Amino acid sequence: METRTGMEASIAIAEAVCLCDADIVAAYPITPQTHIVEHLSELVADGKLHANFVPVESEHSAMSVCCGTSAVGARTYTATASQGLALMHEILFIAPALRLPIVMSVANRSLSGPISIWNDHSDVMAERDIGWVQIFAENAQQALDLTIWAFRLAEDRRVSLPVMVNFDGFILSHTIEPVLMPDKETVQAYLPPFEPLLRLDVDAPVSMGPVGIPDIYTETHHVQQVLLTDAYGPIVETLDAFGKHFGREYKPVETYRADDAEVLLLTMGALGETAMEAVDLRRERGQKVGLLRLRLWRPFPFEDLYRAVGRRPVLGVMDRAISYGGPYGPVASEIKAAFYHREQRPRVVEFVAGLGGRDVPISDFDTMFDALFDTLETGRVPEPRLVGLRE
Amino acid sequence: MESLNVFAARLWPTENRFVSGHRACQGCGEALAVRMVHSILGRNTMVASATGCMEIISSSYPDTAWSVPWIHVAFENAAAVASGIESGLDILAKKGRLPKRRITVVGMGGDGGTADIGIQALSGAMERGHDMIYICYDNEAYMNTGIQRSSSTPMGASTTTSPAGSLSIGQQTWKKNVPLIVAAHDVPYVATANPSFPFDLAEKVRKAAAARGPAYLHIFSACPTGWRMAPELAIAIGRKAVRTGVAPLYEIVDGRLRITVPTPELQPLRDYLKPQGRFRHLDEKTIAEIEKRVAEEYRKLENREGRKI
Repeated sequence: METRTGMEASIAIAEAVCLCDADIVAAYPITPQTHIVEHLSELVADGKLHANFVPVESEHSAMSVCCGTSAVGARTYTATASQGLALMHEILFIAPALRLPIVMSVANRSLSGPISIWNDHSDVMAERDIGWVQIFAENAQQALDLTIWAFRLAEDRRVSLPVMVNFDGFILSHTIEPVLMPDKETVQAYLPPFEPLLRLDVDAPVSMGPVGIPDIYTETHHVQQVLLTDAYGPIVETLDAFGKHFGREYKPVETYRADDAEVLLLTMGALGETAMEAVDLRRERGQKVGLLRLRLWRPFPFEDLYRAVGRRPVLGVMDRAISYGGPYGPVASEIKAAFYHREQRPRVVEFVAGLGGRDVPISDFDTMFDALFDTLETGRVPEPRLVGLRE
Repeated sequence: MESLNVFAARLWPTENRFVSGHRACQGCGEALAVRMVHSILGRNTMVASATGCMEIISSSYPDTAWSVPWIHVAFENAAAVASGIESGLDILAKKGRLPKRRITVVGMGGDGGTADIGIQALSGAMERGHDMIYICYDNEAYMNTGIQRSSSTPMGASTTTSPAGSLSIGQQTWKKNVPLIVAAHDVPYVATANPSFPFDLAEKVRKAAAARGPAYLHIFSACPTGWRMAPELAIAIGRKAVRTGVAPLYEIVDGRLRITVPTPELQPLRDYLKPQGRFRHLDEKTIAEIEKRVAEEYRKLENREGRKI
């Protein structure tokens, strides 16, 4: 049973957390927050969610509280964005090292300075190497669905790692969209009760988070690399199970009108939906453009990417953040690295768009597609470009 | 008190939850205090430790000195992690997923992890009213990292970042009063303790564990390495710290202060300073000034006795 309703993505996520029967919500409201935790605190206050809501004094403490609650075996959820995610940075590395299956929504937003509360991917790109599973939603339905999935994956004992569900700040977090809201029985049939791999227990005491001397530190990090890489199998398996159970399919890399495309553009997050519109308009003009939507960011889905790109000669990558003084777009840099040793590799054209809430209209996608066709014709790869820059 | 020491071995619980084999320095007052605290608290205890001396000496993988559940996450967040443990245990018991029983949740840190970098997480946990104990083991500087000054370092102490020199007496500032800061959060129990007064310490640990809501213990912990002092003096220096008024022993129960080891006649401060290399550079004039301030602070404490803080 599911109900079709109109809902802000943030509220939809909070309802999903409620359907998952989270035991703990620990969150800090500002820097900047969304309606997720406000709505969750209402659900707790009204007795609809039987959880402890811990109103911490900072995001640093939010993630620290989450480590404590998850370590005793409580299903743990938090949400943040932007400066708040940055403030969590130190503790984000420790949660996966302790194998704590925390679920966190990140309403992706820009970082200061200048201070900006609006959307881009600067916050999550700064957290690339924290050792979490990281996935991106493109609309409210996906944000809702992937929240339910995140608990299932995180708590899978083969994985037992924290999961970050990224969804774009404002573009999604504050936008009302139609969603199909599943009922609790359906969710419970998909999400078994949490049986932690390890927990603090007075009847079976363990020490968690010990000192790692040089003799073992390397090995612990090897284990983290293997664990996160090997999480790929359970990720695909649990996403497939989600599709069978709820009727909505998700893949590590998804495509749109890509099969016969001559040029491809890769996006992450909500702007993928505008990009689809832009693709449709180009297709109406007979131009064979297609879209790749990178859903899974960590572990990086190399084989899915290779399959999706195939033998196509030109791939555009639209980044939502800048790696200053470095290879420019952080996603493009990874895509290029992924193809470096492949005999069959596309020319990669780099774009950065939509920084700090700047609109990315269809016309910007047209600019990008024009550049891709230019590369297709001439074989020349232009310098990375900040689309929509006012000079 | 001294005469009781003859019987101490028989009066003290034999249960040991912080076991030998750890890597603390000789004469470490902090390790002694940790062992005392956990022999009183017993098995139904969970510990969240800040980064610091006690964390590194007790948990070098694959060894552990802890026979109760123990977790270390980072430096500044022990109070937050402990508050999470408490919230998690609470909801799991309410939802019937854990048996209902009283588990004492302890957050612990050094003076740096408490008075400096951890004070925000501590204040948050105290304000939210978690049923937990936070224990600051105060050895008056960042000893783990090489004796750098903290806001809990006493005036006149020479440390590696407040060195005594021709233009400096060492630490220039007065010690931050964390117990009173915590008391301002209106928590049910706050106390200072000292392993040189074991029965006073034991009583306070029991009261902290029995309190419903946040409790705070501030434990004076002699550090022979950082204080440039002979290891065998750790207990004696703890006694002198109380008798000279430097580290008075008191408790604040539901906001009311009581000095538990009264010292109406403070002994000369020189007796406390002299065995410690960190104060060796102080001249008579400076010692007199510090002694005057110590006496003033002690009188202020006496004036607070019996009153609501």
